[in-house]
Amino acid sequence: MSISVAMTVNGKAVSGKVEARTLLVQFLREHLGMTGTHVGCDTSQCGACVVDVDGKSVKSCTILAVQAEGSKVITIEGLAESPDKLHPMQEAFRENHALQCGFCTPGMVMSAIDMVKRHNYQLDEATVRRELEGNLCRCTGYHNIVKAILAAAPAMKSAGV
Amino acid sequence: MYDFAYHRPKSVADAVKLLKDKPEARAISGGMTLIPTLKQRLARPSDVVDLGAVKELSGIKLEGTNVVIGGMTKHAEVATSADVKAAIPALAHLAGHIGDPQVRNRGTIGGSVANNDPAADYPGAVVALNATVTTNTRKIAADEFFKGLFETALADGELITSISFPKAEKAAYMKFPNPASRYAMVGVFVAKTAAGVRVAVTGAGPCVFRVKAMEDALAKNFSSAAIKDITIPADGLNSDIHGSAEYRAHLVGVMARRAVDAANK
Amino acid sequence: MTAATGIGARVLRTEDKRFLTGTGRYVDDLPLARATYAYFLRSPHAHAKIKNLDISAAAKMSGVVNIFTGKDLVDAKVGGLICGWVVKDKHGEPHKAPPHPVMAVDTVRYVGDTVAMVVANSYDDAKDAAEAIKVDYDVQPANIDLAKSFDKGSPQVHPEAPGNLIYDWEIGVKADVEAAFAKAAHVTKLDLINNRLIPNAMEPRAAAAEYDKGTGNYTLWSTSQNPHVLRLILSAFVLGIPEHKLRVVAPDVGGGFGSKIFCYADETMVCWAASRVGRPIKWTAERSESFQTDCHGRDHVTHAELALDKDGKFLALKVETIANMGAYLSTFATAVPTYLYATLLAGQYTTPLIYANVKAALTHTAPVDAYRGAGRPEATFVVESIVSKAAAEMKIDPAELRRKNFIPSTAFPYQTPVALQYDSGNYPPIIDEAMKMADYKGFEARRTEAKSRGKLRGIGFSSYIEACGLAPSQVVGSLGAGVGQWESAQIKFNPTGNVQVMTGAHSHGQSHETTFAQIIHDKLGVPMDQIEIVHGDTATTPFGMGSYGSRSLAVGGSAIVKATEKIIAKGKKVAAHLMEASVADVEFENGVFKVTGTDKNVPLAQVVFAAYVPHNYPLAEVEPGMDENAFYDPANFVYPAGTQICELEIDPDTGTTEIVNFTAIDDFGNIINPMIVEGQVHGGIVQGVGQALLEGAVYDKSTGQLISGSFMDYTMPRADNFPSFKLGYKVTPCPHNPLGVKGCGEAGAIASPAAVMNAIHNALAPVGVKHVEMPATPLNVWQSIKGAQRQAAE
Repeated sequence: MSISVAMTVNGKAVSGKVEARTLLVQFLREHLGMTGTHVGCDTSQCGACVVDVDGKSVKSCTILAVQAEGSKVITIEGLAESPDKLHPMQEAFRENHALQCGFCTPGMVMSAIDMVKRHNYQLDEATVRRELEGNLCRCTGYHNIVKAILAAAPAMKSAGV
Repeated sequence: MYDFAYHRPKSVADAVKLLKDKPEARAISGGMTLIPTLKQRLARPSDVVDLGAVKELSGIKLEGTNVVIGGMTKHAEVATSADVKAAIPALAHLAGHIGDPQVRNRGTIGGSVANNDPAADYPGAVVALNATVTTNTRKIAADEFFKGLFETALADGELITSISFPKAEKAAYMKFPNPASRYAMVGVFVAKTAAGVRVAVTGAGPCVFRVKAMEDALAKNFSSAAIKDITIPADGLNSDIHGSAEYRAHLVGVMARRAVDAANK
Repeated sequence: MTAATGIGARVLRTEDKRFLTGTGRYVDDLPLARATYAYFLRSPHAHAKIKNLDISAAAKMSGVVNIFTGKDLVDAKVGGLICGWVVKDKHGEPHKAPPHPVMAVDTVRYVGDTVAMVVANSYDDAKDAAEAIKVDYDVQPANIDLAKSFDKGSPQVHPEAPGNLIYDWEIGVKADVEAAFAKAAHVTKLDLINNRLIPNAMEPRAAAAEYDKGTGNYTLWSTSQNPHVLRLILSAFVLGIPEHKLRVVAPDVGGGFGSKIFCYADETMVCWAASRVGRPIKWTAERSESFQTDCHGRDHVTHAELALDKDGKFLALKVETIANMGAYLSTFATAVPTYLYATLLAGQYTTPLIYANVKAALTHTAPVDAYRGAGRPEATFVVESIVSKAAAEMKIDPAELRRKNFIPSTAFPYQTPVALQYDSGNYPPIIDEAMKMADYKGFEARRTEAKSRGKLRGIGFSSYIEACGLAPSQVVGSLGAGVGQWESAQIKFNPTGNVQVMTGAHSHGQSHETTFAQIIHDKLGVPMDQIEIVHGDTATTPFGMGSYGSRSLAVGGSAIVKATEKIIAKGKKVAAHLMEASVADVEFENGVFKVTGTDKNVPLAQVVFAAYVPHNYPLAEVEPGMDENAFYDPANFVYPAGTQICELEIDPDTGTTEIVNFTAIDDFGNIINPMIVEGQVHGGIVQGVGQALLEGAVYDKSTGQLISGSFMDYTMPRADNFPSFKLGYKVTPCPHNPLGVKGCGEAGAIASPAAVMNAIHNALAPVGVKHVEMPATPLNVWQSIKGAQRQAAE
């Protein structure tokens, strides 16, 4: 069944024809060619596909594209102001070596930003670790990811993002 | 995933009509169970009826001493609701520990309760708090609602519109998560309400169940010491690589005692 | 060079920007015009005969382009997949080598064995059609239980390996070891299982291929750790495509941990089918497919005995291991439990006599091959477990027993009784530092305090050694390796002075684009932003062996150093000409050529320009251009070593373990970038702790179904399973490579399982628990406690 779908992705209006079964992540990757959002599992566990839909962090592998009709979607590609001005969370990941192979990174960064905002920019290590339940990383052992998120929280606050 | 026809009704009536007209249709609320099931090709609905646009199903309100939660209310909304936190903090706590943050942003109470996954958390709260499930056609008492493994009293085309939880005097939920999936391997919800004490166990068996012996003991003395010698039989409990039936039976006791202690804090 | 960016500096990563902005390019991200999509039909049975395979209905389905089966490969005379390391058994006979068809022809041998390939216009079309393929299986009994593989009556996996035995291999002199045991004051015995693991790199394996009809050239994009080796195998052994007509590209790869070293059926099929389909083909594994078909790791059943004298000096060690190969021999499977395992059984100790016997078994399970550490974690687990057990039995402090038996720093180079010659090391300061950092002295007080909260607290040591930096080619060749193990580098300056460095190593998280650039910057003085590290493409990089076995820096980095030396040597000749000096008087420092004792100088960039625009140039003596190649074959392995201390608390009511403190002190030789080294150690520790506490591949013993077949049942380490780690370093530079470096990629995973399990045993000893197998899940720990209680009650 072919359906028209329209939404805003990273501030840009986009539309396309999809099948009802097309997942949001497939729409982003295959229809829009935005391959920054990754797929690392088929059971909604790994979190490599996390994006922001209408201000909420969601796993784009567990939502149909048609369910995001009319939504505002933000992906990893939409965070940096410019190639030289990264989002404070991206900057903190770089500064703290919170990524190695880079595959889980987009979802990890998207979840981390959501986490900081939900906790009103105030986090401690135990909270960060617990809140990362939906994101798997096989490279970093999480140590530096936790460090990066703790460092990014005040940076996001002072940057007003 | 097999393809299907997609519908996005705006009212309960339209949703119910679609579900009745199409015998192979499935309703989708948060989709946290249905979409993974479809991805694995374990289900092949002809039609998927998305309840996402049915506004009347969302929201939390206080009705007398009850908290009434709309079927499409997300776990994150329940977890952060000031009303729920004030009236039944254990329920907010439970909702805040379902799945991960992303699941809590999509998953709904109606979807969870209607699905009745043996490892789901909400059935424990519904039974222990003696909640009432309201559907488009009737009201169903908690004890009548959960029938067995993935089985409920819901008829075809019947939708949960809201669930009404009586305020608890004391309540707590303790979950022992499956180490891999983080679903409840054993979850015990203990509640002391105007109607008495209830102990509901999820995760351990094929369906949520009550532990009468604990309830009786706690009715006399609401302390963990009162139930320390009560064991539950392993017969009929779930068994898998993460937990034998015997282990689950043991954990029911541990989690129940911890829940009582937490409720008394 | 400048402290800020040269060797030893904490330089932020060059590769991060693309990964952080979603602009990395992994195989599945490739836009390929007119692409088709492949789906593989896999066996649902562990062992079955294929009585009939009917694709007729599937072939007619919408969107289907082509369907291939094992018979098509037989007709096309495609070779089987190979095992590239010939291990000779104790009688000198080569190991049994049953055929490994790319797709099953008449028999399937594990759940996930490849049965058919459907190529269609979309992935869903391909999957829909695969469901319409009718396979008539005659299900056979399966051999799943490793320990029973050699039993009479166990189902046979291949007729070419009677009794499921691939080899019966040994190292050391058994009689000498037995004689030492006869004289021992104390013998510690240990039975253990090294649990089977599933690698689970976060990027699932993927392949894409296209065929250019005009040139006859194939391009295969693969999630490979070693694209040149993959090309070599496909060309020389499997597909017969001439090497120069096959380009293999491993672009950004999302983690490997060993699982992406090997040549797999699916990527082979994607490549082969590309010319037959006439359109590009893309395939990406679903996670559940990765669970079933990625090579698994570990999976040993071991009995070990350690003989000690009355003072606790180790006299001899004997080890018997059954190692699981799975249903087919993967690319390096045979080497892992022999040359990468038994040769490490000396550990950090002077144990004078060691005998090990390894029997490799076939089972109806996925192939087993190298996984982070490959053999060395298994060896360390045996050694460090039995040492701690001996300490407990003899009531000697575990640190003291280790210290008593450490190879003294004066004894290097040290020849072990199991073939390796350790080049360097100094172990006592490492354990001292670890004990200080972990506050070992304060442990008993912490144990008592934990007890007051109802918790059982334990502490465990693991002092590991590893041999990595694979490897001296002649040594591994003499042991049966089918390839050399050198590495290559090419330094190609451009006329404008910037530089591209081509390496045969491959980065899939290891940060080569940063650390290799630091070496270039340090040696040649080129600014970091003028350096590009190129890897992963057989068309643009010199033949190289790829990355695994913690070899990239020790071997690949050394090749780069060699190439810089050639650049400097050539540059001196050009500079001498430009400065009208004699070559012998020219020195090179910080990117500038100088005439010794004068202020005459010329920067490298000017020399490079002159080399490309040779108007004023010594053309009679020196060729134009500035482009040098080097190959580096190491003289020995490198031997990182260290001590980890794990402290944990167990909740006896639930069996839950919480790690409360984790310390690792390592000697990796010289360090190029401490930030990156720490990251490698963190990740390694978590994989090792994952093995000890969380992870385990479980097959149903009768049906051979993979029960732990998704993240719902295979426990991946998550952030809340760990505390932050405490790390530290001691440095004894490697004496035989130009950087003085050792490897750091696997150490964490090698050492940590024993540290954790020793702590578990330490915590549970007071309640009478004698032995817990990995993974020490809550269920497992609770059952162990309960078992001990039952035993005590009897």
